[in-house]
Amino acid sequence: MSVSVTSLATRGVPPGAVRVASELTEAPADLAVGRVLPVRAELADLLPLGGLRRGSTISVRGSNSLLLALLATATTSGSWAAVVGLPDLGLVAAAELGVALQRLAVVPKPGAELVSVVAALLDGMDLVVVNAAGLGRAGRRGSELAKRLSARARHRGAVLISAGEWPGADLELSCTELRWSGLRMGRGYLAEGELVISATGRGAATRYREHSAVLPCAAGTNPANPNSAAPTWTGPAGSVVEEWAPVESLIAAVG
Amino acid sequence: MRMLVVWCPDWPVVAAGAAGGLPPQTPIAVVLANRVLACSATARSRGVRRGMRRREAQSCCTDLQVFVADPDRDTTSFEPVAAAVEELAPGVEIIRPGLVAVPARGPVGYFGGEELAAERLVDQVASRTGVECQVGVADGLFAAVLAAHRGTLVPEGGSAEFLAPMPINELAAFVSQVGLDRTGPNAVGRSNGKGPDGKRHVPGELIAHQVELVDLLRRLGLRTLGAFAALAEHEVASRFGADAVLAHRLAGGVAQRPPDRRKAPPELVIAQVLDPPADRVDTVAFAARMAAQRLHELLGSYGLACTRLAIDAETEHGERHSRVWRCAEPLTVGGIADRVRWQLDGWLRTARLKSGVSLVRLWPEEVVDGRSLQLELFAGGGATAADDERAGRALLRVQSLLGPEGVSTPLLDGGRGPAQRVNTVAWGDERVARFGPELPWPGQLLRPSPSTVLAEPAPIRVVDARSEPVALTERYRLTAPPVHAVVNGTLRAVLGWAGPWTIDRQPSMAGGSLRLARMQILLEKSAGELALLLRTSGDRWLVEGIYD
Repeated sequence: MSVSVTSLATRGVPPGAVRVASELTEAPADLAVGRVLPVRAELADLLPLGGLRRGSTISVRGSNSLLLALLATATTSGSWAAVVGLPDLGLVAAAELGVALQRLAVVPKPGAELVSVVAALLDGMDLVVVNAAGLGRAGRRGSELAKRLSARARHRGAVLISAGEWPGADLELSCTELRWSGLRMGRGYLAEGELVISATGRGAATRYREHSAVLPCAAGTNPANPNSAAPTWTGPAGSVVEEWAPVESLIAAVG
Repeated sequence: MRMLVVWCPDWPVVAAGAAGGLPPQTPIAVVLANRVLACSATARSRGVRRGMRRREAQSCCTDLQVFVADPDRDTTSFEPVAAAVEELAPGVEIIRPGLVAVPARGPVGYFGGEELAAERLVDQVASRTGVECQVGVADGLFAAVLAAHRGTLVPEGGSAEFLAPMPINELAAFVSQVGLDRTGPNAVGRSNGKGPDGKRHVPGELIAHQVELVDLLRRLGLRTLGAFAALAEHEVASRFGADAVLAHRLAGGVAQRPPDRRKAPPELVIAQVLDPPADRVDTVAFAARMAAQRLHELLGSYGLACTRLAIDAETEHGERHSRVWRCAEPLTVGGIADRVRWQLDGWLRTARLKSGVSLVRLWPEEVVDGRSLQLELFAGGGATAADDERAGRALLRVQSLLGPEGVSTPLLDGGRGPAQRVNTVAWGDERVARFGPELPWPGQLLRPSPSTVLAEPAPIRVVDARSEPVALTERYRLTAPPVHAVVNGTLRAVLGWAGPWTIDRQPSMAGGSLRLARMQILLEKSAGELALLLRTSGDRWLVEGIYD
């Protein structure tokens, strides 16, 4: 959003003048004073302020990698994050995506206390990830509780990230497509996933964006080329590849 | 200084006999490194002696009960004896299990004479613990210990005279038990010779020196303490060195050091009575604050801080609940108050306590030296220490709702599968890996790891071109290349696959080898692709992780 920042400056708006509401949240110093938590470079274009604005609610759908990638840079730069109600989240993947695990708290099974747990965490944490399905069980009250939690996040200056649809989210990120490279018929290893993420939202994020990000091996975070590392496997993988290589070519010929 | 020493003869034997439930007249020997360390009077009368080999002792006395020496057993079983002495004569020093010293002035003055005091102590120990003991009173610890061995009371100023006819060997025996106070009796800040566990440690080289010295003195013809004491001190100093001077002073009956008096362990439990009983959170919070303040002041007065706090609550109807809070760093007054409030709040709100709280008891289960309570050193590396503290408080609040295990912080650990590679440590516990994550783990999955790891793996059907299920052969190969997979009732085409990779090649208990393997599989999806990590389970495949 550096475009609007510079345009603001060139238009020469005097400080304190009345401005458009969506521009008010984009004060140039926000990132510097910590009003916006930083994210990985490949996700920055997707977010209205180039980061996670404190007090906002973001819903993420379709990809746990995207969810974890959002936490990465903020936790490494000193923010605390908590994950509530997502017992299946891959924590090794979290570390590989750059999340500082020593500042990540996990509440896998909040049960009936989900709302009080999230409310307590919003008091102390910078980022709280919550499984929206837990609120969905509350039925019609769920939407009311969701709004209350969003309001609490806004009040406390925390970022509430929901896994799944969240009523009244400021920004919705959804992974519409995911393609993998590196895996072939009978050989190789998953190397890189390319996510196509669409973003819609309110306020500064009204404009629909679509963006593709390559995870998790982008930005040189994975020094090991998975294909070259494959021979270190102790299983009889090599022999399997040999055995199936003709079959694969057969399939290729037929297909 | 006049000392009163209570000595229980053959203490290792008494302790071993008590532990084994044997009657006192049983012949018992306690052996260390195959040599008899101590034996009972019955065994001694049959010819068993200290230092005998075990087999030799058993040949002297065929029904000898042999026990292996156990210093812990000696120490713990001596505690009641020490406590019995302490009841009549406070300020005891346990020199070693079986030997207690106490300044004579108090009990002698109180009971009206040395004989009366000695008699009362022997009676007290016998009636409380059923242990026989002897009492000796003399000037200085060395003379008092020897007097106790002989059950005599040495008159005041008569120590030198009492010691003079004793064999010089007593010196080495005494030093090996008590040690020498090298810094002298009046030195400031002297170490009392105790180790970190509170036990007395006599350095091995000191004992060796003393044994050597005693041996030398004997060969020089000085067979008694009196003969040694008769030498002039400067002559001893110029010929035998500093340790010999201390030994010379001992032999002459010169007081060595004042006793290292033991203090009774302080009572650290705080009980806060709530009258009228509190059933509202705000009143409970007020009481919690007061109790925390009192506990903190009490601990502070002993220079301690609490790292494990047990909270007990009793209601007016007699219900009782208790929970222990562990903490990685010592608790501050606010920390104690918060935990008490959250705990009571949680109990009241979840209706675990059905009536008002009438009594709150705080029990410091584990205390550390208060000097380690330096909060600024405990910053967790966050943006600021205040942020870390804020986050920690929020997590503790959640723990009060869900229990201590409800909140965890993950830690990368050694392992092969994605689930084994994470160790979840309860918040507040020390973050320590179970296995070394840096060790080589053959068969560990490479990056990237699945971003969803199913806690309960879901079944999947993998079939080949003829719709036959793809299985694993004895040699860890697939029976056929997978072509389709059925996930949640949907048939999907396989776009790519790799593996199988063995997980563990240990044979199962049943004899046949347990075939466990993983594979990656890429499936077609309406938009994009679905990458899965599969694991065998018997003849079936399970989805272990999803790369999403």
